[in-house]
Amino acid sequence: MAHAISSSTPSTVAPADLAIPLREIAPWLVLGALFAMSVVVLISSVQGAITIPAGTAIHEWVHDGRHLLGFPCH
Amino acid sequence: MTTRTFLVHGLLAGLLAGVAAFVVAYTVGEPQVDRAIALESAGATADHHHEDDVTTSGAASHSHSHDDAAISRTTQSTLGLATGTLAIGIVLGGLTGLLSAVGLGRLGSLRPAASTALVALLGAVSFSVVPFLKYPATPPAVGSGETIDSRTALWFGFVAVSVLGVLAAVAVARRAAHRWSGVPGIVAGAAAYVVVVAVAALFFPEVDELGGFPASVLWDFRISSLLTLLAMWAVIGAVLTVLVDRTWRRQEAAAAQRAFAATL
Repeated sequence: MAHAISSSTPSTVAPADLAIPLREIAPWLVLGALFAMSVVVLISSVQGAITIPAGTAIHEWVHDGRHLLGFPCH
Repeated sequence: MTTRTFLVHGLLAGLLAGVAAFVVAYTVGEPQVDRAIALESAGATADHHHEDDVTTSGAASHSHSHDDAAISRTTQSTLGLATGTLAIGIVLGGLTGLLSAVGLGRLGSLRPAASTALVALLGAVSFSVVPFLKYPATPPAVGSGETIDSRTALWFGFVAVSVLGVLAAVAVARRAAHRWSGVPGIVAGAAAYVVVVAVAALFFPEVDELGGFPASVLWDFRISSLLTLLAMWAVIGAVLTVLVDRTWRRQEAAAAQRAFAATL
């Protein structure tokens, strides 16, 4: 019996039936996109305009990551 | 399969991708960063020195030298590098997961694993590979502190065009596939994206601050940077696809079991 079940029978579910309603994804996506953008900006571009903790500390800390991940740096 | 499935799997994939990117960046990339900084310190690149003007121009400049840097090179190349790769890996992985949730069941007749892999591929191409072709990574000692604001703005602008371009291309592909069939749809989508980024690449200004920087070091650095990005995206795509596929198979098996039980 177990064999009959685990054998990979072709799915009867059409891919389109799996679609998650956009209504449900949208809030996650909005927050996720904004958060992702914030982190990317923080890692890639903070140059001293935001002086927390001080000056260019964030820039210096992630300096090598900026260069090697292809973000503009100097 | 819910949004949660995709987000959790995406974050996990992103974490592993951040680790992978760190390993590649540390082993392949750091030697090139050190070579570039050594060249800068030796004065081989006459264009600009960071070392002397640190105190005068403050935020616009910084030092790569060992002595007076606020954060040591050792920290920058280990903890600092890991911070960057992990943070970027996690947010890109999470966002790729959420976009895969949107793509589920909406990309033609692709099954969950295939649609997820396609979303990750499009993310890699639009966010990293194509922007790299227009504005490739530059090693330390290349690029001046005065132009970093404009260079950053250009880079983000181009990435925005590329990412929005790929979203538009997917919409074009879906419409064309609906009207004709799958292959013309893919061709139409790919063509739309290529046209968008090609036109953008023509109109976005060129950035050339290389000066006399040695081409061989530049090449090695850029290859190592590209490898870092590809490692990150490869792990995001592979892990996310495997996890999504596993969830999908379990769900299918459970559904089959229920269907079988109903026949008894």
